[in-house]
Amino acid sequence: MADIKIPPEPSTDEPHLATGRRSPVSGRRSAAPATEGSGRMAALLVSPTLLVLTIVVLYPTLVALDDSLYGTKGLDPKTGFISDTEPFVGLKNYADIFGAAGDRFWNAFWNTTFFTVVTVGLETVIGVAMALIMHKAFSGRAMIRASILIPWAVPTAISGLLWRWIFNSNGVANALIGHQILWTTEGFHSKVAVIVAEVWKTAPFIGLLVLAGLQVISKEVYEAARLDGASATLQFWHITLPLVKPALLVAMLFRCMDALRMFDLPYILIGAQKNSVETLSMLAQNEASNVRFGPASAYSVLLFLYVFLVALAFVRLLGADLVGDDGKAKPARKRRKTTFSRRTEVTA
Amino acid sequence: MNARTIRALQCSAALVAAGLTLAACGSGGDSSSRQSQNASFTGRGPISYVAGKDSSGVVQKVIDRWNKLHPKEKVTFIQLPTDADSQRQQMIQNAETKSDAYTVLSLDVVWTSEFAAHQWIDKLPEKQFPLDKMLKPVVETAKYRTGLYAVPAASDGGVLYYRTDLLKKAGITAPPTTWAEMTSDCAKVRKLPVAKGMSCYAGQFQKYEGLTVNFSEAVNSAGGVVTDANGKPDVDTPAAKKGLDFLVGSVKDGTIPKEALTYQEEDGRQAFQSSKLIFLRNWPYVYSLAQKSAVAGKFAVAPLPGLNGSGSSSLGGHNLALSSFAKNKATALDFMKFYSSEESASTFLKDASLAPPYADLYDDAALVKQYPYLPVLKTSILNAVPRPRVVQYGDVSSAIQQQAYAALTGTKTSAQALKDLQSALQKSTAQ
Repeated sequence: MADIKIPPEPSTDEPHLATGRRSPVSGRRSAAPATEGSGRMAALLVSPTLLVLTIVVLYPTLVALDDSLYGTKGLDPKTGFISDTEPFVGLKNYADIFGAAGDRFWNAFWNTTFFTVVTVGLETVIGVAMALIMHKAFSGRAMIRASILIPWAVPTAISGLLWRWIFNSNGVANALIGHQILWTTEGFHSKVAVIVAEVWKTAPFIGLLVLAGLQVISKEVYEAARLDGASATLQFWHITLPLVKPALLVAMLFRCMDALRMFDLPYILIGAQKNSVETLSMLAQNEASNVRFGPASAYSVLLFLYVFLVALAFVRLLGADLVGDDGKAKPARKRRKTTFSRRTEVTA
Repeated sequence: MNARTIRALQCSAALVAAGLTLAACGSGGDSSSRQSQNASFTGRGPISYVAGKDSSGVVQKVIDRWNKLHPKEKVTFIQLPTDADSQRQQMIQNAETKSDAYTVLSLDVVWTSEFAAHQWIDKLPEKQFPLDKMLKPVVETAKYRTGLYAVPAASDGGVLYYRTDLLKKAGITAPPTTWAEMTSDCAKVRKLPVAKGMSCYAGQFQKYEGLTVNFSEAVNSAGGVVTDANGKPDVDTPAAKKGLDFLVGSVKDGTIPKEALTYQEEDGRQAFQSSKLIFLRNWPYVYSLAQKSAVAGKFAVAPLPGLNGSGSSSLGGHNLALSSFAKNKATALDFMKFYSSEESASTFLKDASLAPPYADLYDDAALVKQYPYLPVLKTSILNAVPRPRVVQYGDVSSAIQQQAYAALTGTKTSAQALKDLQSALQKSTAQ
């Protein structure tokens, strides 16, 4: 998870210094250029991490890529036994998604996209609202903060079970709306059920990150705005939102990446092999469990690419600052306007 | 302290040495008596038994009995999750990595073909098991093509639970044997003031394995088949349509309540116990639980109804199979004989109410007293038809769920659903 790093307050007169000023950390780094020795030391220190990453990330990814080029083992009709080797089929598993067998893939693809767009959208709105509430000073604030965060602390599998009871044909949801909807059957209502449960669970996550962003906005800005007669709404749109944007974008990026590989919630809440809620992860898992590792790997690779592209788009188009070295990426001109945003550097 | 450790070490070393000699003797003696065709069943020593979580504790009890008799060939019980899908997944993972961690596998009856075709399990010597004393449909589930690949350990069949008190009040003396009788009995019962708001019938119609069971039962009970004797799909027939039409029509006219489309076994049981249902198709496990509920003493079981006369149940239960990659297969074979023996089966029935594969246990007076449903269950299993025995069972089952569910929810006509099902099944069995 992200650890939220708030750099030490710069001394009061510092922000008014020369325009090209770098952030304290990167400034110090460039002042003392790395020697060859320290570079080797750094490589040595990083190598255990790289080794672990190679084993748990790179190797499986490469194997999945390789697997996706093989088909399904055939059945020998004479002996009744499945052959030992998988035939090499090249890119057929990928080409198949454009053929007749692709319906299921595209259905899963649209479900995944739909869930991501809707849940992240709703979570952002609700999460920001939660953060604003948690940020306010009032008695019982600790209680409110804790209770808002509880859903996020519940494991997804457990919250899936909880919501399955709520959306049972005789459950609380139907009692509240006074009309029997069979939530766990196929249809749009099952999508709604998943969205409700997902938003309930993960809006606090966005709330948490936004709260961290809010806490470093200095009070003087609001005081100045109040003196100028800006209303609360104006303050929100013109001060809070722009200043909290870096934190919010990172939170949204994480949520998008999470939502794209959604698996456990629809699986437990609605069930496996339900077309209305089948996501790409569920499809890949289903193929793998039917001992068709080729297509399963192909779907996983496609999901990987999809997640990668979305993340890339976020970083490039919206300028989500993941690594926290915006000093290099952005022109100096722009940096002066975003003095405050620099204070909430969020490292992934 | 130190001296004690050394003594313990010496002791255990001696034990190990003794064990090795004994094991060597044992395997030498046994292999000579074995038929030459089963030369692969050699090696003696510790093995493992792999099955889903056992909440009753009876499995460990039976294994302990074996371990006491065979201290050199100890069996370790490896418990997998309760959920059948994850059990299957872990067993497949074990087979794909050719690991010898799992020796004897407890397979769900529908997995036999898949495991046998992939050669994950060994072909067993048929003559060494008392198969002729077992119920014939149960033995069929353990076969792939012509060979025996597993031994039945426990069976299961669907039965019809019905409310005796309500039927009696409505003047009905015997439980229904056909669907038409059931519907008319229902109509009579629902006219009673006590039965106000009750629904007639439910099974397991949520889109999951239970729907495959219930659909197959409906088709078989109407005289149709899902796959024929050779495993070829033949479901687009008038008989199969009559079976599916019963389910579809019942949902439409309210005989089956709409919410039954979300029912798995437990939901149906809850509904029956809270007097929402007059008839319920479920497994025998419900019996003892319902005896402790509000409907205790007010219900009984009957064989499943069909189109013209008694219906056919699907078969549940578990078979024992021997992992191809295991060690100590001679021990494993002996353990399988022990575990699937009539004596063990009667322990499983007494302690955990698992339906035995042995025919005569169903007629045992003492057991029938403990489980009054046994004679009905025997009829159910004898009339049962195994679910499609195909290698790609997962695909077949999901195709059935897909089409049956579409028909039940009214997005497809039953004729169209069966036609689509036939072509989907042809595709997945052709691989």
